[in-house]
Amino acid sequence: MSARHLCAPLLLVLGAAPVGAQDMAHHHAPAGTDAAAGAAPAAETFGPPAPADHAADAVWDPAAMARARRALTAEAGGMTQSMLLVDQLEWQPARGADAYRWEAKGWWGGDIDRVALETRGEGETGAPLDQGEVEVGWLHAIDPWFNVRAGVRQDFGKGPARTHAALTIEGLAPYWFDVEASLFVSNKGEVSARAEASYDQRLTQRLILQPRAELNAAASAVPARGLGSGPTSAELGLRLRYEIVREFAPYAGLAWERKLGGTARLARAAGEDSGGLRAVAGVRFWF
Amino acid sequence: MLDGRLNRRTMLRAGAGAALGGVLPGWAASPVQAMDRHGDGHGQAANAATATREVLSGARIALTIGQAPVRIGSQPGHAVTVNGTMPGPLIRLREGQDVVLAVTNTLDVDTSIHWHGLLVPFQYDGVPGISFPGIAPRQTFEYRFPVRQAGTYWYHSHSGMQEAMGLFGPIVIDPAGPEPVAFDREHVVMLSDWSAVHPHALLKRLKQMGGYYDRQKQTLAGLLAGRDQPLSERLDWGRMRMDPTDISDVTGSTYHYLVNGHDSAANWTGLFTPGERVRLRFVNASAMTNFNVRLPGLAMTVIQADGQDVEPVETDEFQIAVAETYDVIVTPQAANPVAIIAEAIDRSGLCRATLAPQPGLVAPMVPLRARPLLTMRDMGMGGMDMAGMDMAAGTLDLSAPPPAPAASAGHMDHGAMKMRDKSLAPPGMRLGPGVATISAAPVDRLADRPTGLEDADHRVLTYADLRARVPAADRRAPGRELEVHLTANMERYMWSFDGVKLSENPAPLAFREGERVRVTLVNDTMMPHPIHLHGHFFELVNGADDKAPRKHTVNVLPGGKASLDLTADARGDWAFHCHMLLHMHSGMFRVVTVRPA
Repeated sequence: MSARHLCAPLLLVLGAAPVGAQDMAHHHAPAGTDAAAGAAPAAETFGPPAPADHAADAVWDPAAMARARRALTAEAGGMTQSMLLVDQLEWQPARGADAYRWEAKGWWGGDIDRVALETRGEGETGAPLDQGEVEVGWLHAIDPWFNVRAGVRQDFGKGPARTHAALTIEGLAPYWFDVEASLFVSNKGEVSARAEASYDQRLTQRLILQPRAELNAAASAVPARGLGSGPTSAELGLRLRYEIVREFAPYAGLAWERKLGGTARLARAAGEDSGGLRAVAGVRFWF
Repeated sequence: MLDGRLNRRTMLRAGAGAALGGVLPGWAASPVQAMDRHGDGHGQAANAATATREVLSGARIALTIGQAPVRIGSQPGHAVTVNGTMPGPLIRLREGQDVVLAVTNTLDVDTSIHWHGLLVPFQYDGVPGISFPGIAPRQTFEYRFPVRQAGTYWYHSHSGMQEAMGLFGPIVIDPAGPEPVAFDREHVVMLSDWSAVHPHALLKRLKQMGGYYDRQKQTLAGLLAGRDQPLSERLDWGRMRMDPTDISDVTGSTYHYLVNGHDSAANWTGLFTPGERVRLRFVNASAMTNFNVRLPGLAMTVIQADGQDVEPVETDEFQIAVAETYDVIVTPQAANPVAIIAEAIDRSGLCRATLAPQPGLVAPMVPLRARPLLTMRDMGMGGMDMAGMDMAAGTLDLSAPPPAPAASAGHMDHGAMKMRDKSLAPPGMRLGPGVATISAAPVDRLADRPTGLEDADHRVLTYADLRARVPAADRRAPGRELEVHLTANMERYMWSFDGVKLSENPAPLAFREGERVRVTLVNDTMMPHPIHLHGHFFELVNGADDKAPRKHTVNVLPGGKASLDLTADARGDWAFHCHMLLHMHSGMFRVVTVRPA
């Protein structure tokens, strides 16, 4: 492509009018950049309206320009990104059977709207999965710090399977707390809720202590799933991780878990324990 | 002994660069010891041959964009090259000539070259999607324009992230008349940052975790050792979800800092004879790094900024933001090597090069200085923190509003401050998730010492020290004022002007041809932004009246303001963006259009 052959139309389009700058030669101090803006005789507040056309279309092939404009626009803020964070993948040694647990989150999309994936679960070695859930949804940034997530959650494991509609608010609270609150409505109309908070305390650049708290509650008892009404369980964790690289950190810590209220009574009646303190060890990784 | 043009050849040497495994251009190579010992006709013939190959001059210049593997530090990487080298060849022109630059693309993707700081017709400005369609694979595009200016400039790709991968090089334009300031010898000193990680991967990590590359955060160990902020300040900053160590997005944890393609170990060396006036043409071709530059023990006289002559001003250290250029004269008297230190402003790394009286000498390395912490002034509270903060001596606010009375005494009541007061946003600013903060009381920071140099115990250049050598041609008062906010959410790694990314198709900023407009840039973020307008120079409103310095790029300090007067005299559509490449690629970019009145 040669510019020579395409220059002529531009000159016609734009004309060759000289800059009309000489009519303001008489000025008084302060002048130059020391003068206040708007001090010129023809001061105005707003500039000209933005033209709808593109200057380069008069020089180059407008179709090629349109393609280049789309590419420029897409790459200057319009790129999609993704992340999968396996926050917990851990083993909990115990007197009886050892337990395991996972919790992972992922997203794919732009700055404001993303497809979200979340999964968590736990069980004991050598036994069927105790409980697990997978949620797929839409993640939307509502302000600088918080997102809403609307999705569908499918439960697995013991008891009758449930599908829930899920609505979550998650984000970064003042003092750098990661917080999350969710409301679930199951396909049987059962309402439950979950609240979580955690904080990353840097001991050094690579050694990070993470206290974490979680509270679950149900609006009504669901005996088939071992749930009483009101608060159903609470969990406190303290995990110390070492970031070998940012994306990969082994950790060790303590997790205290307790079933509460009617949920605890149902567990005891079924011969299960209602919780306790456990040592945990695992890895956190993301990409 | 010789004039600048002849002496230039003394720095041009054949031979592969140690740092880059053979992809260094001759102009950027350090002198080879054996060759320089004789400096007679034989050596000069060899150098002249190199010069013809590596320094491109004349009416027609051919550039070929390609790629090459490179190894800097321990990791192999992949560079985009010009005529096989990174940095690209030195283009040396003369004011008043016409030039044709034929750029051939041998890559499999589109490319482009933008002539940074050169006043060219818009269709040859080299921004795909604004000035022209770009250069397709296996195509040659001819840029043709008259050379209307003199000074130190540079060129770089405006396509994808090619600039961050090495597609850049220096431009030196000799004046049509005599040089206004005499010198005996000159060296181009091109600063850059290099990571073996692809720039798209850098951006992805930052989108996933805004502080990914910051390995100098505050820690509990630091608190117990009495380092950094005391607990009360940490809590104040934590409440605001602000990190005072968030100075650079991409740091020395992945970057190698280079001078003319050499890291400290490879030690780029420029020669001098004691007593000579040596002109150093500094260009910051980094993707993401502002540098503080000093030659320990040697004063520098700044004679040009962004290619435009300024009244000579002596200093000991200056900050060079991404895309800026500074020309300085140094006069080393002793026959000892002198270090050129370019230190990243977050102090996560530096590059040492050497000015030496003979090849083979290495100037002593200096330790990194302590990482600075951002202050309330960097958070846009400069108009409030008159009593509580430790401000650098000598700073003054040229256009600062009077301090807010409620906050002017003692320590700040952070709870009373609004971090995101929507009433401070101009009409048209979009206050979505991409705008985490709005500077509550931003002050003009052109006279401030830049980040990290507030307390340096030697002279530091500020923008207020710059005075144009020749008064501005256009002395009119601006007819109107345009306020543009530099906006961000650093946690989400979103960057924009007035809260709108280029990907959201904002209307261009429109100017009437010939009108003079005061543009005030308000930095609502805690990072510096080197803002570049294509196709124009503007005068910084720094109190120098008609000697206001002319620049193509202005570094707006965190939480501060900068005003510039622009005569919109170049018809067409132009790019206007932050020159931190990942900010630009996140959307901190607008089209400026200048149309007939």
